Amino acid sequence: MAIKTEEMVLNMGPQHPSTHGVLRLELILEGEIIQKVTPHIGYLHRCFEKHCEAMTYPQIIPYTDRMDYLAAMYNEFGYVIGVEKLLGIQVPERVEYIRVIMGELQRIASHLVAIGTYGADIGAMTPFLFAFRDREVILNLFEITCGARMLYNYIWVGGLSHDLHPDFVRLTREFITYFRPKIVEMNELLTTNRIFIERTANVGILPLETAINFGITGPMLRGSGFKWDLRKDDTYSVYNRFDFNIPIGEGKVGTVGDCWDRYYVRILEMGESLRLIEQALDQLPEGNVTSAIPKRIKPPVGSVYTRVENPRGELGYFIISNGTTSPFRVKVRGPSFVNLGIMDVLCKNHMVADVIAILGSVDIVLGEVDR
Amino acid sequence: MKSAEEIFNILKENFNDNIKELVKQPVDPYILCDPLKINEISLFLLSNEGLLFDNLMNLSGVDDANGMSTTTGSITTIEGGTLSVYYHMESTKFRHKVVLRVSTPREKPEASSVALVWRSADWHEREAFDLLGINFLNHPDLRRILMPYDWEAGYPLRKDYANPEFYHGMKVPY
Amino acid sequence: MIVYDFLYNIVFNITQSAVAGDITAMVISAALPLLFLVLPFAILAVWLERKVSAHMQDRLGPMRTGSHGWLQTIADVIKLLQKEDIVANDNDRPLFNLAPILVFSGSYLVFAALPFSSAYIGSNIDLGIIFIIAASGFVVAGILMAGWSSNNKYSLLGAMRSAAQIVSYEIPTILVILTIIMITGTTNLRTLSEMQTGYFWNWMIFGGAGLSLSKFLFIPFMIIGFVTLYISTLAEVNRTPFDIPEAESELVSGYHTEYSGMKFAMFFMAEYANMFAVSAIVSAIFFGGYQSPFGYLGNTLGLTWMVPIEQFLWFASKGIFFVLVQMWLRWTLPRLRVDQLMALCWKYLIPIAFVNLIIVGLITVL
Repeated sequence: MAIKTEEMVLNMGPQHPSTHGVLRLELILEGEIIQKVTPHIGYLHRCFEKHCEAMTYPQIIPYTDRMDYLAAMYNEFGYVIGVEKLLGIQVPERVEYIRVIMGELQRIASHLVAIGTYGADIGAMTPFLFAFRDREVILNLFEITCGARMLYNYIWVGGLSHDLHPDFVRLTREFITYFRPKIVEMNELLTTNRIFIERTANVGILPLETAINFGITGPMLRGSGFKWDLRKDDTYSVYNRFDFNIPIGEGKVGTVGDCWDRYYVRILEMGESLRLIEQALDQLPEGNVTSAIPKRIKPPVGSVYTRVENPRGELGYFIISNGTTSPFRVKVRGPSFVNLGIMDVLCKNHMVADVIAILGSVDIVLGEVDR
Repeated sequence: MKSAEEIFNILKENFNDNIKELVKQPVDPYILCDPLKINEISLFLLSNEGLLFDNLMNLSGVDDANGMSTTTGSITTIEGGTLSVYYHMESTKFRHKVVLRVSTPREKPEASSVALVWRSADWHEREAFDLLGINFLNHPDLRRILMPYDWEAGYPLRKDYANPEFYHGMKVPY
Repeated sequence: MIVYDFLYNIVFNITQSAVAGDITAMVISAALPLLFLVLPFAILAVWLERKVSAHMQDRLGPMRTGSHGWLQTIADVIKLLQKEDIVANDNDRPLFNLAPILVFSGSYLVFAALPFSSAYIGSNIDLGIIFIIAASGFVVAGILMAGWSSNNKYSLLGAMRSAAQIVSYEIPTILVILTIIMITGTTNLRTLSEMQTGYFWNWMIFGGAGLSLSKFLFIPFMIIGFVTLYISTLAEVNRTPFDIPEAESELVSGYHTEYSGMKFAMFFMAEYANMFAVSAIVSAIFFGGYQSPFGYLGNTLGLTWMVPIEQFLWFASKGIFFVLVQMWLRWTLPRLRVDQLMALCWKYLIPIAFVNLIIVGLITVL
C-alpha cells in the first residue's frame, strides 16, 4: 500500500477567539507550517454603500460609526471632510480643534484595544485588561461630550452636535497626566518582555516595497520604516499647526517591518497623540460649534475622494454627488480591508501560532472590512 | 509634483486615442480612459520615471445609471448606459495624485485588471465584481468577496438591483 | 501510615480477617486525598486563580456568590453537573468517554505517593518518586485520546503538542530528580522528607542535612536544579508560559474543546490537581516536604498528636505557595511558540540538568 500524504486544511474562524470578529482564514498546513492563507470575508456585510444611496448626507453619519466601531470618531471625521469639500464650506476654528482632540483621543483608545488584544493573542491576559481600564477613561470623556461611548454621531457636516462639556478640558488634562506613566507600565509589562519579543520579533516581516504595492497604510506601513502619515503628508483639518513626530519601525529587536515594530509604532503613536491633544487644548479657541451647520445639504454635481489617517491607516471616502440630497455613490476605502489583503504574503512559511501574532499586528476591525 | 493637466498631456502623448478627455469638476478632475487599455496605462503610470504612481489609494466601481430606465410596479430595470471604474492613485515620492475613470457598457462590463500592477487592486476589483458585476479581465482570482459565494440574485450596487424573494429557503425581505 | 494502621486495626477487630482489613483500610486511606484534598483543593484553586488574576488586573473578580465570591466555584461545579453531556456523531465514543477519566485518574494517582505528613501517605512505596513520574505518563495517553477522539483539528493539534511537550519536559524533570536520588540514595518520598527534618537549613535546597563540606558545595547546584525542575513541571502541567496545548487564542481550548459538562470539569479538575501535585513534589524534594522550617508547636507543648497535623498544614501551605507562583506567572507572561518551547527544553534545560547531574555526581563521589 502506497503511503499518501496530503496537506491539512484548517479553518480558522468565523468563530475563533483571535480572529477579532467574524473573519475566516483558510489555512493550508504542512505540519504546523503555513503553505497558504486565504481570508474569507463578508460575514458582517451590511450593505453600507447601498444604504448610503437611499439616505441624506447627515443621515449617513451614524452609519459610518458602525464601520470601524473602535474608531468611530475618525470615521465621522473623514466623511464630513469629504462632504464639506463637496459643499465648499469652511468650518469654525473651534470645531476643527475639537475634531482633532476627539480624533486623537479616539486614536489612543483604538491603539489601546489593538495593543491589549495583541497581548491577549500572544497569551498575556493582563495587558489586555490594563489597556481596557485606560480606554475606559477615554470612553468616559466621550460620554460626557456626546452621551455615547462607542458610536457617537458627534461630528456633523459643518460642525459638531454639541459643544464640549465644561469639565472636558480639565478631565482631559488629568487623563494625559494619568496616562503617560501607563505607557511606561505597558512597556515594562509587555513590550520588553523576553517571551513577547521572541514571539513577535522577526515574525511576519513586511518589506517596504511590498507594503506600498499592496496599498498598506497606517502603523503597518510605518512599521516597515516609511515616514508616511496623512496628518503630515496630506494634511487636513488643523494638523499642520501642531508639532508631532511620526514614529517608524527601526527593527530594534529584530528586522524592520516585523510584528514587534508594528506593535511598537502603535505604542509610540499614543505618546505623540498625547502631545497633539495637549497642544490642541492649549490653543483651543472660543466660538460656536453649530453655527456653520448648513440647513439643507445639497452638494453640487461632482465627485470627491478624501482620506484621513485613521488609527489603522488611510480611511478614504469616495463620494459622488448628483446634485440631490442623497449621495449617488459612496465608496469606502477601509484601511483594514486593504491591510488584510496581505495576510497570505506575511504568513507564508510561518507556524499556526504566528498567524495569530501576524493577524493581531495587522489590527483589523471586521466591521470595516465587511462594511 | 505634477498637475492633472500635465499628467493628462503625458498620457495623451503615449496612448493617443486610448485617453479620451480630462473632465474638470469642482474638486477632483479625472481622466477618462479606455477600459481595455487601463492595465497598460497603469503600468506606464507606475513605472514612468517622472510619474511613479506607486500607490493605488482606491478603486471604486460605480453604476452610472445613464441608460433607459423603465419602471414596472416596484421593479426598475435599466438598459444601456455604462458602469464606471474610478482609480485614485498617488505617488509617495512626488506627492502628486491623479484620478482615472473608465466606462464600460452595462450589457458587457469589462475592464482589464490592474491587480498585477498594484496588488492592492486585487480585493478592490473583487469587490467591484461582487457588487457591480464588472468583469476584470486577467484578474488572478475573480470571486465574490463580500456577498456569499453562491449569491445568484445579481449585483447589489447596481441601481436596478432587486432583492430576491428567498435565499436558501429563507425569506429575504423581512 | 498511622491512618492506615488505625483503619486496619478497626476492620481487623470486627472481621478478624487480615485481607478484609487490608483492602478496606487501603481503599479508605486512598480515597481520603480525593475527598479531603483533590476536590476541595480544585475548588479552592479555581477560586484563588480567579481572585489572584482579578486583583492583578485591577478587577474584583467574583463578588456575588458568598463573601468575596468564595462559593462561585461550587456554583459552577453544580452548573457543570447539570449540563448536557454532548457527544458529537463523529466522535470516537469509547475513547471520548474514557479520556477524561484517564486524565483525571492519572493526576489522582500521583496523590497516592505524596507524603502529606509523617502520619499519612496514601501508599508508602519505596519507588514513590519514580511512581509519580510514571503515573503522570497516564495523562499523556488521556490527552492524546481526547484529541484524537474529538475528531476536531484543533483538538488534535492541541493533543499532539501536549504529548510532545509533556514527554520532552519529563527528561529534565527526571534528570533533576536523579540528582537528588544520587545525593540521598532513596526514592521513597517519606524517607526523603524525613531526611530533611529539623530546621530549614537541612532542606535539600540548602544541600540537605549534615554539616559536611559537600553540603555547601551542593547549594548552587541545588538552586539550579530547583529552577530547572520548577520550569519543567510548569511545562508538564501545561501552565503559562507553556500552555500551548490549550492556547486559547490559537487552538480555542486545545484537546478539551469538544467536551462539555462533567467531562470538561474532570479535565479542569485534573489540571488543578496536577498543579498542586507538581508543587508538592517540588516542595517535597527541595523544601523539606511536610517538615516545618523551625520546629513544631506540638513538640514544644508536649502534645505529640499535634505534630502530624502541623506537618500537613506545612505541606499544604508549601504546595499552595508554589501554586500561587504558578498563577502569578500565568497572569504575567505571554505564551511561547511550540518550537521555542521545544528549543527551551532540548537546548537549555536538558543540557543544564545533565551538567548539573554530572557535577553533583562528582561531588558525591568526592
